[in-house]
Amino acid sequence: MTQQTVGEAAGHPPYLYPDYESTRLRAPKEPLIILPKALSDIRGPAYGRGTVGGLDYDLTRQHGGEPLGERIIVTGRVLDGDGRPVRGGLVEVWQANAAGRYTHHKDAHPAPLDPNFSGAGRCLTDDEGRYRFVTVKPGAYPWKNHDNAWRPAHIHFSLFGPAFRSRLISQMYFPGDPLFEHDPIFQSVRDPEARKRMISHFDLETTEPEWALGYRFDIVLEGREATPLERPHA
Amino acid sequence: MSPGRGLEPTPSQTIGPFFHDALLERDPTGLVPPEHPGAVRISGVIYDGAGDPVPDAMVEVWQADAAGRYGSEGFSGFGRSGTDEHGRFSFTTVKPGPVPGPDGTPQAPHVNVSVFARGLLRQVTTRLYFPDEEEANAADPVLTSVEDAGLRETLISHDEGGGSYGFDVRLQGDGQTAFFEFGE
Ligand SMILES: [Fe+2]
Repeated sequence: MTQQTVGEAAGHPPYLYPDYESTRLRAPKEPLIILPKALSDIRGPAYGRGTVGGLDYDLTRQHGGEPLGERIIVTGRVLDGDGRPVRGGLVEVWQANAAGRYTHHKDAHPAPLDPNFSGAGRCLTDDEGRYRFVTVKPGAYPWKNHDNAWRPAHIHFSLFGPAFRSRLISQMYFPGDPLFEHDPIFQSVRDPEARKRMISHFDLETTEPEWALGYRFDIVLEGREATPLERPHA
Repeated sequence: MSPGRGLEPTPSQTIGPFFHDALLERDPTGLVPPEHPGAVRISGVIYDGAGDPVPDAMVEVWQADAAGRYGSEGFSGFGRSGTDEHGRFSFTTVKPGPVPGPDGTPQAPHVNVSVFARGLLRQVTTRLYFPDEEEANAADPVLTSVEDAGLRETLISHDEGGGSYGFDVRLQGDGQTAFFEFGE
């Protein structure tokens, strides 16, 4: 129908994916305009460096008590398109609680709220590009896309990298979820190999005895640090 | 995963409807305080293909300072705004200066604008240019690369007087905004 975008060739979903109903009126239909190649590594915002609190990475310690659910550690590296670590990059996450309910006022799923869980966290990557969150495993939740529609358990991720084009919002899934094949948002990524890049791995080394299961999720952003030669100055 | 060339990116997924507490808690809509000398307001409405406002979008802006420098001391150049029930976003900022472009050709003053929303599997990215920069706009390498005049026109904001610029974004349909992507 419409031509494949550069993003789709790299494994991103198309804008229009009719099985995901909300794309039908929101997907642009004019062909995207390709920016001149010389602009493609234009530097991106270094946002949030001054705004991350020491405990923002731990979603289980934001209230008086501990949230219910399966405690987990989610960690991994953020890399640029050359495989170099993204250092000091802001990582923001948000998720449903263990029962599949968001604290958001528009979430109408009749599952319990947890007074000890807000489901939002942030951290900065270290010099190896590593991030780490402590949280509880989110529950699956229903949505109104089609009859008997359920989202596989997921954590929303927001990331910044070296270039403007590095900006990414994605979702991290858990291995072996039976809802994958029924979820149009997951399936909107057409290449099965690309879909695998959104699934975390259970990791015994990250798992802490008597404490929490560990999941690894590495993230690759587009773009790279512009070298001084490539970046013209006024 | 070993460092090397050409790693495949993690695919984009929609921001969904429930991002507000995580991403907008700090109200980053003021790139400068309103009393800042030369402060301007940039605002507009996001519309869907039926012409209805999009009340659950997030808009991010990224721009140079008044001297055309990105990421300068004291001015992050980055802002975020949700849209309200009428689909409206708004920022207080300064008008950016001209930025060096490819081959030393200056780019006209512009603000990079990205929109994220439920129903957008990936953000859309556009540029806001200024109506009082006709000469610079006519020489801008990105504006001139948009061949369709109607599409090009969607990139120019409207002077609403009193230091306010209006910039509506139409995701789909008649008058759709021009959106960009980076070539390989
Ligand atoms: Fe979600």
